Amino acid sequence: MTEPVITVENLTRRFGDFVAVDHINFEVNAGEVIGYLGPNGSGKTTTIRMLLGLLEPTEGRATVLGFDAFRQTEEVRKRVGYMSQKFAIYDDLTVRENLTFYGGVYGITDKARIQHTVELVGLKGHESTLTKSLSTGWRQRLSLGIALVHEPKLLFLDEPTSGVDPTARRAFWDLIYELAAGGVTILVTTHYMDEAEYCERVGVMRDGKLLAMDTPTNLKKSIIKGDVWEVYAHPLEHGVDILSGLQGVDRVGLAGDHLRVISSGVQKEAMQKLLNREKIQVDKIERGEPTLEDVFLALAR
Amino acid sequence: MAPRGFHGAHRDQQVKGKFFMNDYLVQANGLKKYFGNVHAVDGVDLNIKSGEIYGLVGSDGAGKTTTIRLLVGALRPDQGDITICGYDLHKQVELARSTIGYLSQRFSMYEDLTVLENIRFFAEIRGLSSTEWLPRSMEILEFVGLDKFIDRRAGQLSGGMKQKLGLASALVTRPRLLLLDEPTTGVDPVTRQDFWQLVIKLVSQPIAHNTENAKRNTQQEGVSVIISTPYMDEASRCHRIGFMKAGKIITEGTPSNLRAQLAGRILELRGTPLQILRHTAHADKDVEDVAAFGDKLHVRVRADKAELIMKRLPEEIRSAGGVLTELRAIPSTLEDVFIALSESDHD
Repeated sequence: MTEPVITVENLTRRFGDFVAVDHINFEVNAGEVIGYLGPNGSGKTTTIRMLLGLLEPTEGRATVLGFDAFRQTEEVRKRVGYMSQKFAIYDDLTVRENLTFYGGVYGITDKARIQHTVELVGLKGHESTLTKSLSTGWRQRLSLGIALVHEPKLLFLDEPTSGVDPTARRAFWDLIYELAAGGVTILVTTHYMDEAEYCERVGVMRDGKLLAMDTPTNLKKSIIKGDVWEVYAHPLEHGVDILSGLQGVDRVGLAGDHLRVISSGVQKEAMQKLLNREKIQVDKIERGEPTLEDVFLALAR
Repeated sequence: MAPRGFHGAHRDQQVKGKFFMNDYLVQANGLKKYFGNVHAVDGVDLNIKSGEIYGLVGSDGAGKTTTIRLLVGALRPDQGDITICGYDLHKQVELARSTIGYLSQRFSMYEDLTVLENIRFFAEIRGLSSTEWLPRSMEILEFVGLDKFIDRRAGQLSGGMKQKLGLASALVTRPRLLLLDEPTTGVDPVTRQDFWQLVIKLVSQPIAHNTENAKRNTQQEGVSVIISTPYMDEASRCHRIGFMKAGKIITEGTPSNLRAQLAGRILELRGTPLQILRHTAHADKDVEDVAAFGDKLHVRVRADKAELIMKRLPEEIRSAGGVLTELRAIPSTLEDVFIALSESDHD
C-alpha cells in the first residue's frame, strides 16, 4: 500500500482566542475524490491554507505528498494545483494566452503541454476565444486547465461548479473522474450539496471541527437514522409546528408544496392522526430519500 | 405610486386592478426578446397565481435572466405583453412596478451604512414617505430576523445576514410579486435553508399589516414569487417549475409531476471497478444515459425497459469482469429530469 497523499494529524489553527481549525484528523489516498463540506467560517479555507503551506499550524501537522506542508512548502507547491472561483483569469486574453501565462509561472514553456491541457479540459477549437466571451461553464474549464497545466498530483478545487446548471456540472465532473482515474487526487471544498454528491467521500466541517467523513451513502445511513417523509397537507405552515412537537421527529422543513419530515423513527399513521386531530387536511404522505442537505442540517444544528 | 386615489382617466384601470384577484397575478403572453440574431426569449407565456412560488430553471443562456429582466420592466420585449396585478407593465409602468420587488444575484448595499440606513435608502428611492418607511422597515426587518441588528453597518454583517438585508430591501415596498434572480448563489446551506423558509413564509402568510397600512389595503393580499435558479435542490422547493431551453419554456409542472415523467427509469448501480460498470451500462442499447456520482452510477433507461435491463445487466457486468454489489430502481430526481430535458430535441 502506498502512503496517503494527504495525512492530517490533530491539525489545529488558532487566531487569538478563535479556534478556526480544531484538532482534525483525516487521510486521503491517491486517486480519491474528496469533498470538504461546510458553511462559510467553518474552517474549510483555513485547512486548505495549511495544506498549501500558506499558514503555520498552531498544533498538529499536515503531510502532503510525503512532504511537511509547512516546512517543505516549495516541494508541495510544485506538485499541487488549485482552482478557485475567485482566481483571476485575464478576460482580455484568449484561452491559450491565459494557459501560456500561467504555465510560465510554473516555468512551463512547452507548447505541446499547453495544447494538451486545452484538449484535456475540452476547449479544443476555442484556443483563440477571448476569455470574456466564454460561458460560465467553459470559464470553469479554463480555470481547471490553468490549475492543471503543470500536471499536479493533487488538485484543490474551491466550489468548482458554483452557479452552473446540472448539464455543465456533469460534464465538468466527468473530467474530474478522468483525472482521478489517471491517479490525480482531488479535494473539493464546497458548500453546495449538489457538488458534494459527486464526491467519493465527504468530510463535514462545522465550527472548526470535522464532524464526519465518509461516503455520501454511509453518511446518509449513519446520520439520518429514521425515515424521511414528504407530507402534502394544507394549511402547510401550521403543520410545521404541529409535527415538530411529535416524538421521533427531528426536523420539519417547508419545501414549497409539501413538508419534509426528518425522523429518527415516526410512522405515517402517527403523523396522519395528529394532523387530522388539528384539523389539517392531509392529501398524502410519501416516503422520501435522505439528501446530503439533510445530513448537513442534522449535523449542523 | 400606490394604486389608490386614481380617478377619471384612470378609472378603468382601477377597476381592472380590483378584479384581477380572480385571475392570475402575473400574465405574460408571447414574450419575445431578440439580441441581434440571438432569440434570448422566444415566445414565453406565464400564468402565475397569487400564493405561488414559480421556479425558472434551465442552462446558462436558456433565457432565464432575460425573462426576469422583462418581468421587472428593465427590458422591453420585442413582442408580447405582461400584466402584473392587473396592470399592463408597458402602459401602466408606474402602477405595475409599484407591485414588484426584485432581488438580483448581486444586489448592492452600502457597506458603510447601517442596516436601517440601507433600508431607508431603498424605501425612499421607491417613494415611501418619512412617516411610512420606519414602521414598515421595522416590520420587515423583524420578519427577516434583522430587527436586533439595525445599527450594525452592512459591511459587518455575515453573508447570510447580508442576504437577508437584500431580501428586506426588496420587500420594503410590500410587493405582490417578488422576483429573485439566482438569489442563493454563493450562500451556505444553513443560510439557504433559512432564506427559503422566509420565502415560503412570505407566500403562505404575508407580513402582517399594521393599522396604518391596513387602511390602504383593505383586502388580505397574496404574494407570488418567481425565482430563477441553476440548483435543482432549490427548484424542488417551488410549487411549479418552468424548464427553459433556447428561449422557450419547454415543460412546466409541479416538482412531483416533472419527476413522474421519469418514474421507474432511473437505476442505481454500485460495484467495482466503476469504469467497467460504466462502460457496460453505456453499451446497453436501452440505456439512455450513465452518470457517475462518487461511489455509484445513475443510469437512465428507456421507458418500460427497466425490468429487462435489471435482468440482463448483472450478467453483462460479470462477463466484462466487473463486480456488481447493488442494482436497484430509485426515485428520479429533478436533476435527472433536467438532464433528460436538456438532451431532448424539442424543435
